[in-house]
Amino acid sequence: MSDKNSLSHSQSHTDQEFHHHHLHASNSHHEHGAHLLQVEHLSVAFEMYDEDASFFQAKKRMVNVISDVNIAVHAGEIVAVVGASGSGKSLLADTILGIYEPNAQVSGTIWYEGIEQDARSLSQLRGHGISLVPQGVASLDPLMCVGKQVEGFGHPQSTRQARKKRRRELFSRYGLEESVAALYPHQLSGGMARRILLCCALMDDPRLIVADEPTPGLDLELAEQALSDFRDFANQGGGVMLITHDIELALHVADRVAVFYEGSIVEETAVSAFSSPELLEHEYSRALWHALPEHDFVGEAHISA
Amino acid sequence: MLELKAVSYAYPDALYPTLSEVTLSVANKERVALVAPSGFGKTTLCKIAAGYIRSFQGSVTVDGLPLPRRGVCPVQMIFQHPELAVDPHMRLEKTLAESTHDTHEIARLCEALGIKQAWLHRYPHELSGGELQRICIARALASHPQYLVADEISTMLDAVTQADLWQFLIRETQARSMGLLFVSHSPALTKRVATRVVDLRTLPDESAKI
Repeated sequence: MSDKNSLSHSQSHTDQEFHHHHLHASNSHHEHGAHLLQVEHLSVAFEMYDEDASFFQAKKRMVNVISDVNIAVHAGEIVAVVGASGSGKSLLADTILGIYEPNAQVSGTIWYEGIEQDARSLSQLRGHGISLVPQGVASLDPLMCVGKQVEGFGHPQSTRQARKKRRRELFSRYGLEESVAALYPHQLSGGMARRILLCCALMDDPRLIVADEPTPGLDLELAEQALSDFRDFANQGGGVMLITHDIELALHVADRVAVFYEGSIVEETAVSAFSSPELLEHEYSRALWHALPEHDFVGEAHISA
Repeated sequence: MLELKAVSYAYPDALYPTLSEVTLSVANKERVALVAPSGFGKTTLCKIAAGYIRSFQGSVTVDGLPLPRRGVCPVQMIFQHPELAVDPHMRLEKTLAESTHDTHEIARLCEALGIKQAWLHRYPHELSGGELQRICIARALASHPQYLVADEISTMLDAVTQADLWQFLIRETQARSMGLLFVSHSPALTKRVATRVVDLRTLPDESAKI
């Protein structure tokens, strides 16, 4: 589905070849098997009380938040999902991780390494195949030292020593000193907390990372470093779905960009298309381009125009 | 004029002070960008300027007077993490009503910031980060502050909403002759918005010139 989309753009084809030519031939032409992750016709709706009705008479109704989303992530690539705040980007991440609110109704198909998944199998893959780097640093347990928290994400069958060793490797790779392991989350700076979250995600060697807004609060240098960590992960054969509102940073590292608007993907395009607004198909993508502080720095006017 | 004079602050048990002898001033209608890498005390300085930290050395004054201990503070801060700046057990209409009883003003701000009426009946966890942030901004502006301190308020927003928000804030601060002190990691945004840029690393020398 989305595969065909990306192939119809000759540019995205060359873009992919350029970044990981060794994977391209065996990858992009397959239907399902070779996709690391494929999401088809995914819709999420919430059952809510009618907000317009009076309190005692409000009936329950379904509110659609994500509708008919198709997206694929290949091994070795970073796919950026950019979109407006409140458009359902974080919800997409949660859905792929099998995290559902009790009042959610989810339909569609999610394939991981060619196998169709359901809610239970997705939750089993969570942290052990598909890892989430969550948006909020509030996701860390405030009452537990961060070293222990990271070790908690090791493979269920691994020994304590093995987990500790793995945690040490990750800490040294991300420039965290050993003494950091004994600190509590409130003692960390924002940048350190983000690296801890990344270490948690990488503990059990996932194939796919879903990163939900990993860069806010980091200065430019740290943000670029965080993104280059994802690039490295992808170059080693993993896949990354990078959910972000920050197009500039996304364009630095991503191979393909999916533009998310009001609950669906309106355009899936090559990174190079963002060099000029004429190459972008959907009006929201063009609005994003115009709104960047580097360009025109104007907002909604472009959507209605 | 919002003036910070020789402000020093060390967190309890810290080995060295986060801020030492920082002097900075913001005039009406001025938009001052505060830049520095992570961990240089930008947020701490914002909190001191808005009266959230009181146990510092030095002085913070608005038109020569110290920040009031009671009542509405003339310097209002908008925080980096809106989800931590609202009461999780309170519907957002109540959160907004905290700062003013003027319903017309709230309606005007909601309209200008694109806050939908439906959001106001919800609890904070039922809104996205960007939606919550807009409510926090409306709350800060509704109390008619003389100065606004904005600590990375648009990092959770997409480019379109960010552009709208800053255009609105620029108009609003001009119209009400408010001063704005803001923190941003984006050089492009800083260039667009700021009338003056202050680097916290070189501040002691800079302030000598002012």
